Amino acid sequence: MSERIGVYICHCGTNIAGIVDVADVSKWAGEKLADKDVVVARDYKFMCSSLGQELIQKDIKEQKLTRVVVAACSPHLHEKTFRNACKGADLNPYLCELVSIREQDSWVHTDKAAATLKAKAIVSGGVARVMHHEALEPLRVPIHPATLVVGGGIAGIQAALEIADAGFHVYLVEREPSIGGHMAQFDKTFPTLDCSACILTPKMVDVGNHPNITLLTWSEVMKVDGFVGNFAVTIKKKPRYIKIEDCTGCGICWEKCPKKVVDNVFEAGMGNRKAVYVPFPQAVPKYPVIDDVNCTYYLKGTCKACEKFCPTNAIDFNQKPEEITVEVGNIILATGYDLFDARRIPQYGYGKLANVFTSLEFERLCNAAGPTGGNIVMRDGKTPPKTVGIVHCVGSRDKNYNGYCSAICCMQSLKFAHLVRERTGAEVYNFYIDIRTPSKGYEEFYQRLLEEGTRFVRGKVAEITSMARIPEEEGKLIIQVEDTLIGKQRRIPVDMVVLSAGMQARQDSKEVAKLFGISCSADNWYIERHPKLDPVATMTEGIYIAGCVQGPKDIPASVSQGAAAAARVLGKIQQKEISLEPVRASINQEQCSGCRICNNLCPFNAILFHEDTMVSEVNLALCQGCGTCVAGCPAGAISGTGFSNEQILSQIDGLLMLNLSRTAVPVES
Amino acid sequence: MKQYAYYPGCSLESLGKSYNDSALAVAKALDVELKEIEDWNCCGATAYFPVDELLAYTLTARNLAKAEKTGLDFVAPCSACYKNAYFTNSYLQKDADLADHINYALEADKLHVSGTAKVRHLIDVFINDVGLEEIKAKVTNPLSGLHIAPYYGCQILRPRKDHEDVENPTYFEALLAAIGAEPIDYASKARCCGGSLIITNRRAALDMVRILLLDAINHNADVIATTCPMCNVNLEVYQDQVNREFGTHYSIPVMYFTQLMGLAMGIIPGHLGVGKQQLGTGSMLAFAQNAKQETNQ
Repeated sequence: MSERIGVYICHCGTNIAGIVDVADVSKWAGEKLADKDVVVARDYKFMCSSLGQELIQKDIKEQKLTRVVVAACSPHLHEKTFRNACKGADLNPYLCELVSIREQDSWVHTDKAAATLKAKAIVSGGVARVMHHEALEPLRVPIHPATLVVGGGIAGIQAALEIADAGFHVYLVEREPSIGGHMAQFDKTFPTLDCSACILTPKMVDVGNHPNITLLTWSEVMKVDGFVGNFAVTIKKKPRYIKIEDCTGCGICWEKCPKKVVDNVFEAGMGNRKAVYVPFPQAVPKYPVIDDVNCTYYLKGTCKACEKFCPTNAIDFNQKPEEITVEVGNIILATGYDLFDARRIPQYGYGKLANVFTSLEFERLCNAAGPTGGNIVMRDGKTPPKTVGIVHCVGSRDKNYNGYCSAICCMQSLKFAHLVRERTGAEVYNFYIDIRTPSKGYEEFYQRLLEEGTRFVRGKVAEITSMARIPEEEGKLIIQVEDTLIGKQRRIPVDMVVLSAGMQARQDSKEVAKLFGISCSADNWYIERHPKLDPVATMTEGIYIAGCVQGPKDIPASVSQGAAAAARVLGKIQQKEISLEPVRASINQEQCSGCRICNNLCPFNAILFHEDTMVSEVNLALCQGCGTCVAGCPAGAISGTGFSNEQILSQIDGLLMLNLSRTAVPVES
Repeated sequence: MKQYAYYPGCSLESLGKSYNDSALAVAKALDVELKEIEDWNCCGATAYFPVDELLAYTLTARNLAKAEKTGLDFVAPCSACYKNAYFTNSYLQKDADLADHINYALEADKLHVSGTAKVRHLIDVFINDVGLEEIKAKVTNPLSGLHIAPYYGCQILRPRKDHEDVENPTYFEALLAAIGAEPIDYASKARCCGGSLIITNRRAALDMVRILLLDAINHNADVIATTCPMCNVNLEVYQDQVNREFGTHYSIPVMYFTQLMGLAMGIIPGHLGVGKQQLGTGSMLAFAQNAKQETNQ
């Protein structure tokens, strides 16, 4: 049966037409590919516009097209658009092939003649391939209405509350004993200087009390099975050694506990906690955790002071880790960030010079609930500094560490400068490369700081040393910096240095990404579906990201993303059912040798092995159509719909123009 | 026996003779053969590159070409020679045009360079090829209790080569610990000594030397160990002028790391050029001998 193929070449304004002679390509396709069943070839300014789509639909009806090839941008962008256009004209959407002559041609070439020839080759490949497309029907699966939110920082809290308030169930998993995340550690928030805890804790309490939220703190996700709409998630609840049904959170246990431990998590090493503890007074939930690494009972076998004094007998030293499995339809990852380790820059002296602080340490120092009660003092715990140097971009915007801008350090440094001046009257120097204050009210805050008399030195700090060269430097920390505005090297002696350390991806972000089947950027931030138009979805259906897990951002942006991810999830839940791409792998049982290579290759655990017949089979609901097994099968027994060997090989033939007589195209141009 | 194409460089013929003597003596004791490159020439030092870059590269490339012929690694004890050879070598690997120009000139000498030789500093050979364990095994008079300031200087580190840690390297400390000494930790260990700045801006250069001496002395160093004849001269010979200029009273011995290794390995001090320094190293000799007696007892 002969097919009737329509070929449509998009100008994309000048994006494509600026380099590729689109009229020539369309004329060529109409003439030279006519014997390949192409009955119509057109070019149009914007194929994706409604007029462009109508053009295709009109041809499908009037010319009775059976297949369509659109040569435009990447399928990532508009494959759906053109498939839907075909569907609108009653042509099965999977009989449409989108080939890229923008990302793979016009954007990467400057030679117009060669780019035009390449466009012809790409169109020829598309035509050869579309011949082998099959009409497919999407799979429809129901969506479980519950949602898993991983990470109880502000982004995760916001997402959980939005979904729970809309009436759907949320499981909120947090690794630490309390939710709150980094925001709970901060003192003030820029640029309004609201108390961070004051605006955060009401939300934390809401989460704790919400009937639609199951809060799982001190817990970690171990395994994710299933697919969008029907995930089965295994969560490990680490033992708290506290019977929460009996615990009232009275606090007698941590009062009586004799073991002090340096708190490297919440207090950033600036303060102590007990071996049985809640990280901070407003913790949600209120139940403490016994730290079995440091607890005297676990070290020496005796003590049990907490057990003796607990008025409700809520201590249980025999608790074991517990694994639970929950079913959810969608997952939001909001696992946040790690602070850049300032020790990696030895010339800044952190870890060696006592009065060099990191930004997180300084937050605890400023915090009224922190180890010094909010007094800004030096490491001796009592002397207020007379001069403070704040170094921006520590570990950020530096190709030796992280190339990217951490986005929050400028404003955070300005906030520190303000707090130091307000509370100690000390002289403050800010050392910056550029001041970046792009959000609402931020620039105004910077202007305010300038007026307050904070000193700004533009230049990257070379070194912070205690080595005095002149008597005035004795006993001080000397900041060596090139002041690029005056073009001079300066040595500025200060009492205290704050390193505005940048943000970096969680150290286990790669493993977590693998667990959830999403991908990381080179810097290990999670990759969004589209950097502008789909910032909270990922390439894996049903998995969303929010907050700093996607890249450095401040509190307002994290909250926005948390809410956005929730809105996306709510939209999915409301649909009740989701249609899945029918692009799936299938195994030819006759050809399968039962070697089981594909079983281990499949990242989605979608391949089952039948012990009785000794062959493997693909579970179509789990398969994501990634193609790994297709490539891996030594017997060539696996084929992917939409990516069959026939399709791929004929596309290659088309690209090489083997489907045309070789003389049809002048090779030398 | 490990063999290397040894490029001593001009300084080691005169001012840095004790470096050459000690390097060869220690190498021999460690079963390393430093085969001097035949008919080598000056590397261009710091002076020639700003005058005529291409000719300066060619100058260095001639030595590299000779080393390449032997198939051995090119080893320089001087940090400046090492830096020049390292970058000439890597540029001519990457820049075919530069390589063509250089090879056109080298044709006159019937030489050809392709950048295949590996360029190394002597300290790298001792630490990474011989190994700290092997060195430790050869130590007969461990320099126990001697506080040595490991002075890397800048050219051995900068410009950044490969993926080296240029901010806080620690290999020199490890070497000093291997010969039983106590390396001190001080911030200035990788700071520039001023190089040849003394010729153009005497006071500024002396101030750079002053800072290094001050930092080492503040950290109770008994001796400063160097890896480069230029650093050695600046730190040692100009102490007198620093004292006059800034009213200080510094008098700290400065020795090549090879001399200290030699002493620890029981090589006769005279063979290491010890005693040829301007500033007395007598105390150092006594130290090594005492240490020897102690170990004998």
